[in-house]
Amino acid sequence: MSEVMVVTSGKGGVGKTTMSANLGAALARQKKKVVVVDTDIGLRNLDVVMGLENQIVYNLVDIIEGTCRVRQALIKDPRFDDLYLIPSAQTRDKSAVTPEQMRMLTDELRMEYDYIILDCPAGIEQGFRNAIAGADRALVVTTPEVSAIRDADRIVGLLEKECIKPVNLIINRIRPELVETGDMMSVEDVMDILGVDIIGAVPDDVEIVIATNKGIPLDENSIPGQAIKNISLRIQGEEIPMMNFSKDKGFFKKIFKMSNKRAQGDFNGI
Amino acid sequence: MVFSINNMFSKNKKSGDIAKDRLKILLISDRTNCSPEIIQMIKKDIMYVVSKYIDIDKDKCIIDIEKSKKPYIFANIPIKEVKYK
Repeated sequence: MSEVMVVTSGKGGVGKTTMSANLGAALARQKKKVVVVDTDIGLRNLDVVMGLENQIVYNLVDIIEGTCRVRQALIKDPRFDDLYLIPSAQTRDKSAVTPEQMRMLTDELRMEYDYIILDCPAGIEQGFRNAIAGADRALVVTTPEVSAIRDADRIVGLLEKECIKPVNLIINRIRPELVETGDMMSVEDVMDILGVDIIGAVPDDVEIVIATNKGIPLDENSIPGQAIKNISLRIQGEEIPMMNFSKDKGFFKKIFKMSNKRAQGDFNGI
Repeated sequence: MVFSINNMFSKNKKSGDIAKDRLKILLISDRTNCSPEIIQMIKKDIMYVVSKYIDIDKDKCIIDIEKSKKPYIFANIPIKEVKYK
Protein backbone atom coordinates (compact mmCIF):
# COMPACT_ATOMS: atom_id res chain seq x y z
CA MET A 1 0.00 0.00 0.00
CA SER A 2 1.40 3.35 -0.92
CA GLU A 3 1.24 6.57 1.00
CA VAL A 4 1.44 10.18 -0.14
CA MET A 5 3.04 12.47 2.43
CA VAL A 6 3.33 16.22 2.22
CA VAL A 7 6.20 17.88 4.07
CA THR A 8 5.02 21.38 4.90
CA SER A 9 5.59 24.15 7.44
CA GLY A 10 4.04 27.52 6.68
CA LYS A 11 7.20 29.38 7.55
CA GLY A 12 10.13 29.21 5.17
CA GLY A 13 13.63 28.11 6.06
CA VAL A 14 12.74 25.59 8.75
CA GLY A 15 14.16 22.62 6.84
CA LYS A 16 11.34 21.16 4.76
CA THR A 17 13.52 20.41 1.75
CA THR A 18 16.35 18.89 3.77
CA MET A 19 13.80 16.83 5.67
CA SER A 20 12.12 15.63 2.45
CA ALA A 21 15.43 14.60 0.90
CA ASN A 22 16.68 12.78 3.97
CA LEU A 23 13.39 11.11 4.78
CA GLY A 24 13.35 9.85 1.22
CA ALA A 25 16.89 8.51 1.68
CA ALA A 26 16.01 6.90 5.03
CA LEU A 27 12.99 5.12 3.56
CA ALA A 28 14.99 4.05 0.50
CA ARG A 29 17.64 2.53 2.79
CA GLN A 30 14.87 0.40 4.24
CA LYS A 31 14.19 -1.01 0.79
CA LYS A 32 11.13 1.09 0.13
CA LYS A 33 10.38 2.43 -3.29
CA VAL A 34 10.35 6.19 -2.85
CA VAL A 35 9.80 9.23 -5.02
CA VAL A 36 10.28 12.76 -3.74
CA VAL A 37 8.51 15.50 -5.63
CA ASP A 38 9.59 19.13 -5.51
CA THR A 39 6.33 21.09 -5.66
CA ASP A 40 7.93 24.49 -5.18
CA ILE A 41 7.45 25.77 -8.70
CA GLY A 42 9.70 28.71 -9.51
CA LEU A 43 12.06 28.04 -6.61
CA ARG A 44 13.60 24.69 -7.37
CA ASN A 45 15.74 23.43 -4.49
CA LEU A 46 15.24 19.79 -3.71
CA ASP A 47 17.43 18.69 -6.64
CA VAL A 48 20.30 20.74 -5.22
CA VAL A 49 19.94 19.30 -1.71
CA MET A 50 19.97 15.80 -3.21
CA GLY A 51 22.91 16.61 -5.48
CA LEU A 52 20.98 15.79 -8.64
CA GLU A 53 20.85 19.28 -10.14
CA ASN A 54 22.93 18.36 -13.17
CA GLN A 55 20.67 15.57 -14.29
CA ILE A 56 17.44 17.45 -14.90
CA VAL A 57 15.91 17.13 -18.34
CA TYR A 58 12.18 17.39 -17.71
CA ASN A 59 10.32 18.67 -14.67
CA LEU A 60 7.00 18.60 -12.83
CA VAL A 61 5.35 21.16 -15.09
CA ASP A 62 6.45 19.22 -18.19
CA ILE A 63 4.68 16.13 -16.84
CA ILE A 64 1.54 18.05 -16.03
CA GLU A 65 1.42 19.81 -19.37
CA GLY A 66 2.01 16.54 -21.18
CA THR A 67 5.37 17.56 -22.65
CA CYS A 68 6.84 14.33 -21.29
CA ARG A 69 5.85 11.13 -19.53
CA VAL A 70 6.30 10.71 -15.79
CA ARG A 71 9.08 8.20 -16.45
CA GLN A 72 11.07 10.73 -18.47
CA ALA A 73 11.10 13.32 -15.72
CA LEU A 74 12.07 10.92 -12.94
CA ILE A 75 15.69 11.17 -11.86
CA LYS A 76 17.13 8.15 -10.12
CA ASP A 77 19.39 8.79 -7.15
CA PRO A 78 22.49 6.71 -7.97
CA ARG A 79 23.21 6.08 -4.29
CA PHE A 80 20.03 4.08 -3.74
CA ASP A 81 18.22 1.27 -5.49
CA ASP A 82 14.83 2.89 -5.38
CA LEU A 83 14.95 6.60 -4.71
CA TYR A 84 13.67 8.95 -7.39
CA LEU A 85 13.18 12.69 -7.73
CA ILE A 86 10.72 14.69 -9.76
CA PRO A 87 12.26 18.15 -9.94
CA SER A 88 10.27 21.34 -10.04
CA ALA A 89 10.33 23.93 -12.82
CA GLN A 90 12.56 26.91 -12.19
CA THR A 91 11.21 29.27 -14.83
CA ARG A 92 7.48 28.90 -14.25
CA ASP A 93 5.15 29.99 -11.49
CA LYS A 94 2.68 28.28 -9.22
CA SER A 95 -0.30 28.95 -11.46
CA ALA A 96 1.12 26.44 -13.98
CA VAL A 97 -0.35 23.64 -11.88
CA THR A 98 -3.77 23.05 -10.32
CA PRO A 99 -4.66 20.93 -7.27
CA GLU A 100 -6.63 18.58 -9.53
CA GLN A 101 -3.59 17.96 -11.74
CA MET A 102 -1.44 17.28 -8.69
CA ARG A 103 -3.96 14.75 -7.47
CA MET A 104 -3.84 12.98 -10.81
CA LEU A 105 -0.05 12.86 -10.69
CA THR A 106 0.10 11.48 -7.15
CA ASP A 107 -2.49 8.85 -8.06
CA GLU A 108 -0.34 7.77 -10.96
CA LEU A 109 2.74 7.60 -8.73
CA ARG A 110 0.86 5.48 -6.18
CA MET A 111 0.83 2.61 -8.66
CA GLU A 112 4.59 2.26 -8.52
CA TYR A 113 5.91 3.68 -5.29
CA ASP A 114 5.56 2.83 -1.61
CA TYR A 115 6.10 6.40 -0.50
CA ILE A 116 5.49 9.62 -2.38
CA ILE A 117 7.00 12.58 -0.53
CA LEU A 118 5.83 16.02 -1.59
CA ASP A 119 8.14 18.87 -0.65
CA CYS A 120 5.75 21.80 -0.18
CA PRO A 121 6.64 25.46 -0.75
CA ALA A 122 6.44 27.91 2.17
CA GLY A 123 3.25 29.88 2.61
CA ILE A 124 -0.43 29.02 2.48
CA GLU A 125 -1.23 30.11 -1.06
CA GLN A 126 -1.69 28.17 -4.25
CA GLY A 127 1.62 26.31 -4.00
CA PHE A 128 0.51 24.92 -0.66
CA ARG A 129 -2.93 24.08 -2.03
CA ASN A 130 -1.33 22.20 -4.92
CA ALA A 131 1.04 20.27 -2.69
CA ILE A 132 -1.59 19.09 -0.21
CA ALA A 133 -4.19 18.18 -2.83
CA GLY A 134 -3.10 14.58 -3.27
CA ALA A 135 -1.70 13.96 0.21
CA ASP A 136 -2.91 11.28 2.61
CA ARG A 137 -0.91 12.54 5.54
CA ALA A 138 1.17 15.56 6.49
CA LEU A 139 4.45 16.13 8.25
CA VAL A 140 4.62 19.67 9.58
CA VAL A 141 8.19 20.84 10.11
CA THR A 142 8.83 23.55 12.67
CA THR A 143 11.70 24.89 14.74
CA PRO A 144 11.48 25.72 18.46
CA GLU A 145 10.79 29.40 17.74
CA VAL A 146 7.65 31.40 18.37
CA SER A 147 7.21 32.48 14.73
CA ALA A 148 7.71 29.01 13.25
CA ILE A 149 5.39 27.35 15.76
CA ARG A 150 2.72 29.94 15.22
CA ASP A 151 2.82 29.25 11.49
CA ALA A 152 2.81 25.51 12.12
CA ASP A 153 -0.35 25.92 14.18
CA ARG A 154 -1.99 27.75 11.31
CA ILE A 155 -0.96 25.03 8.86
CA VAL A 156 -2.26 22.30 11.16
CA GLY A 157 -5.62 24.07 11.22
CA LEU A 158 -5.71 24.27 7.43
CA LEU A 159 -4.73 20.61 7.03
CA GLU A 160 -7.43 19.54 9.45
CA LYS A 161 -9.96 21.51 7.45
CA GLU A 162 -8.87 19.59 4.35
CA CYS A 163 -9.33 16.32 6.28
CA ILE A 164 -5.71 15.29 5.91
CA LYS A 165 -4.95 12.73 8.59
CA PRO A 166 -2.74 12.13 10.40
CA VAL A 167 -0.94 15.44 10.79
CA ASN A 168 2.37 14.96 12.61
CA LEU A 169 4.91 17.45 13.78
CA ILE A 170 8.67 17.35 13.26
CA ILE A 171 10.67 19.70 15.44
CA ASN A 172 13.84 20.63 13.66
CA ARG A 173 16.99 22.47 14.75
CA ILE A 174 16.78 21.68 18.43
CA ARG A 175 19.83 22.87 20.30
CA PRO A 176 20.07 20.63 23.37
CA GLU A 177 22.50 22.91 25.19
CA LEU A 178 20.04 25.80 24.95
CA VAL A 179 17.08 23.66 26.02
CA GLU A 180 19.12 22.64 29.04
CA THR A 181 19.87 26.21 30.09
CA GLY A 182 16.23 27.16 29.56
CA ASP A 183 16.89 29.37 26.55
CA MET A 184 15.02 27.25 24.05
CA MET A 185 11.62 25.60 24.15
CA SER A 186 11.84 21.85 24.56
CA VAL A 187 10.08 19.15 22.55
CA GLU A 188 7.64 18.71 25.44
CA ASP A 189 6.92 22.44 25.55
CA VAL A 190 6.03 22.50 21.87
CA MET A 191 3.97 19.34 22.13
CA ASP A 192 2.12 20.77 25.11
CA ILE A 193 1.32 24.05 23.38
CA LEU A 194 0.37 22.75 19.95
CA GLY A 195 -1.48 19.62 20.97
CA VAL A 196 -0.33 17.79 17.83
CA ASP A 197 1.39 14.41 17.78
CA ILE A 198 5.13 14.75 17.40
CA ILE A 199 6.69 12.20 15.11
CA GLY A 200 10.26 13.26 15.67
CA ALA A 201 12.80 15.85 16.67
CA VAL A 202 16.05 16.60 14.87
CA PRO A 203 18.94 18.46 16.48
CA ASP A 204 20.72 21.37 14.85
CA ASP A 205 23.89 19.69 13.72
CA VAL A 206 26.92 20.53 11.62
CA GLU A 207 26.48 17.20 9.80
CA ILE A 208 23.37 18.60 8.14
CA VAL A 209 25.26 21.62 6.86
CA ILE A 210 28.04 19.43 5.52
CA ALA A 211 25.70 16.95 3.82
CA THR A 212 23.69 19.76 2.24
CA ASN A 213 26.86 21.48 1.04
CA LYS A 214 27.94 18.28 -0.65
CA GLY A 215 24.50 17.38 -1.94
CA ILE A 216 24.53 13.98 -0.27
CA PRO A 217 22.16 12.30 2.19
CA LEU A 218 23.00 12.33 5.89
CA ASP A 219 25.09 9.47 7.22
CA GLU A 220 22.56 7.21 8.88
CA ASN A 221 24.85 6.83 11.87
CA SER A 222 25.19 10.55 12.49
CA ILE A 223 22.93 11.96 15.19
CA PRO A 224 20.57 13.84 12.85
CA GLY A 225 20.71 10.85 10.49
CA GLN A 226 19.54 8.60 13.30
CA ALA A 227 16.81 11.05 14.27
CA ILE A 228 15.48 11.09 10.71
CA LYS A 229 15.76 7.33 10.44
CA ASN A 230 13.62 7.10 13.56
CA ILE A 231 11.03 9.36 11.94
CA SER A 232 11.00 7.11 8.88
CA LEU A 233 10.37 4.09 11.12
CA ARG A 234 7.57 5.86 12.97
CA ILE A 235 6.01 6.74 9.62
CA GLN A 236 5.82 3.01 8.98
CA GLY A 237 3.99 2.57 12.26
CA GLU A 238 6.84 1.44 14.50
CA GLU A 239 6.95 2.70 18.03
CA ILE A 240 10.37 4.16 18.61
CA PRO A 241 11.16 6.17 21.74
CA MET A 242 12.38 9.72 21.19
CA MET A 243 16.12 10.32 21.29
CA ASN A 244 17.52 12.53 23.94
CA PHE A 245 20.14 14.87 22.55
CA SER A 246 21.46 16.24 25.82
CA LYS A 247 25.21 16.33 25.75
CA ASP A 248 26.02 15.95 29.42
CA LYS A 249 27.33 12.73 30.92
CA GLY A 250 27.46 10.52 27.90
CA PHE A 251 25.55 11.36 24.84
CA PHE A 252 22.59 9.08 24.94
CA LYS A 253 22.39 8.30 28.58
CA LYS A 254 18.86 9.39 29.00
CA ILE A 255 16.20 8.38 26.56
CA PHE A 256 12.85 9.92 27.20
CA LYS A 257 9.48 8.66 26.27
CA MET A 258 7.60 10.04 23.30
CA SER A 259 4.26 9.13 24.74
CA ASN A 260 3.48 6.77 27.55
CA LYS A 261 4.88 3.80 25.70
CA ARG A 262 7.70 1.71 27.05
CA ALA A 263 10.96 3.43 26.51
CA GLN A 264 13.87 1.58 27.99
CA GLY A 265 17.20 0.66 26.49
CA ASP A 266 20.21 2.47 25.21
CA PHE A 267 20.94 4.25 21.99
CA ASN A 268 22.09 1.14 20.18
CA GLY A 269 18.76 -0.43 20.84
CA ILE A 270 16.81 2.21 18.95
CA MET B 1 -2.44 25.63 31.32
CA VAL B 2 -3.52 28.72 33.17
CA PHE B 3 -1.25 31.65 32.65
CA SER B 4 -1.39 35.27 33.44
CA ILE B 5 -0.18 38.16 31.38
CA ASN B 6 1.02 39.92 34.52
CA ASN B 7 3.86 37.55 35.35
CA MET B 8 4.91 37.11 31.76
CA PHE B 9 7.96 39.27 31.53
CA SER B 10 9.40 39.04 35.00
CA LYS B 11 13.15 39.57 34.95
CA ASN B 12 14.54 36.26 36.11
CA LYS B 13 12.49 34.23 33.69
CA LYS B 14 14.37 32.13 31.16
CA SER B 15 13.95 33.18 27.55
CA GLY B 16 12.57 29.74 26.69
CA ASP B 17 9.72 30.29 29.14
CA ILE B 18 9.11 33.79 27.86
CA ALA B 19 8.86 32.33 24.34
CA LYS B 20 6.41 29.73 25.63
CA ASP B 21 4.19 32.33 27.27
CA ARG B 22 4.22 34.61 24.25
CA LEU B 23 3.38 31.70 22.03
CA LYS B 24 0.44 30.59 24.17
CA ILE B 25 -1.10 34.04 24.01
CA LEU B 26 -0.44 34.30 20.28
CA LEU B 27 -2.02 30.95 19.52
CA ILE B 28 -5.07 31.68 21.59
CA SER B 29 -5.65 34.97 19.81
CA ASP B 30 -4.97 33.32 16.42
CA ARG B 31 -7.29 30.43 17.10
CA THR B 32 -10.11 32.52 18.52
CA ASN B 33 -9.50 35.35 16.09
CA CYS B 34 -9.45 37.70 19.03
CA SER B 35 -6.61 39.99 20.13
CA PRO B 36 -5.00 39.94 23.61
CA GLU B 37 -6.60 43.34 24.28
CA ILE B 38 -10.05 41.93 23.61
CA ILE B 39 -9.31 39.00 25.90
CA GLN B 40 -8.42 41.53 28.62
CA MET B 41 -11.70 43.38 27.99
CA ILE B 42 -13.68 40.14 28.22
CA LYS B 43 -12.05 39.45 31.59
CA LYS B 44 -12.91 42.90 32.89
CA ASP B 45 -16.51 42.66 31.70
CA ILE B 46 -17.06 39.23 33.23
CA MET B 47 -15.75 40.47 36.57
CA TYR B 48 -17.91 43.56 36.35
CA VAL B 49 -21.11 41.63 35.60
CA VAL B 50 -20.56 39.13 38.40
CA SER B 51 -19.64 41.83 40.90
CA LYS B 52 -22.92 43.60 40.20
CA TYR B 53 -24.70 40.79 42.02
CA ILE B 54 -22.20 39.27 44.43
CA ASP B 55 -19.18 40.46 46.28
CA ILE B 56 -16.15 38.88 44.65
CA ASP B 57 -12.46 38.89 45.42
CA LYS B 58 -11.24 40.79 42.38
CA ASP B 59 -7.54 40.27 43.11
CA LYS B 60 -7.83 36.52 43.11
CA CYS B 61 -9.90 36.12 39.99
CA ILE B 62 -8.50 33.94 37.24
CA ILE B 63 -10.20 34.33 33.90
CA ASP B 64 -8.39 32.98 30.90
CA ILE B 65 -8.84 31.32 27.59
CA GLU B 66 -7.51 27.82 27.86
CA LYS B 67 -7.31 25.07 25.38
CA SER B 68 -7.67 21.35 25.42
CA LYS B 69 -8.88 20.29 22.00
CA LYS B 70 -10.81 23.52 21.45
CA PRO B 71 -10.29 26.81 23.28
CA TYR B 72 -12.67 27.68 26.11
CA ILE B 73 -13.00 30.41 28.70
CA PHE B 74 -12.04 29.34 32.17
CA ALA B 75 -13.11 31.48 35.12
CA ASN B 76 -12.32 31.02 38.77
CA ILE B 77 -13.98 33.85 40.64
CA PRO B 78 -13.72 33.58 44.42
CA ILE B 79 -16.72 34.94 46.31
CA LYS B 80 -15.89 36.97 49.37
CA GLU B 81 -17.02 35.34 52.53
CA VAL B 82 -20.06 37.01 53.99
CA LYS B 83 -19.56 37.52 57.68
CA TYR B 84 -22.80 37.25 59.65
CA LYS B 85 -23.09 39.01 62.90
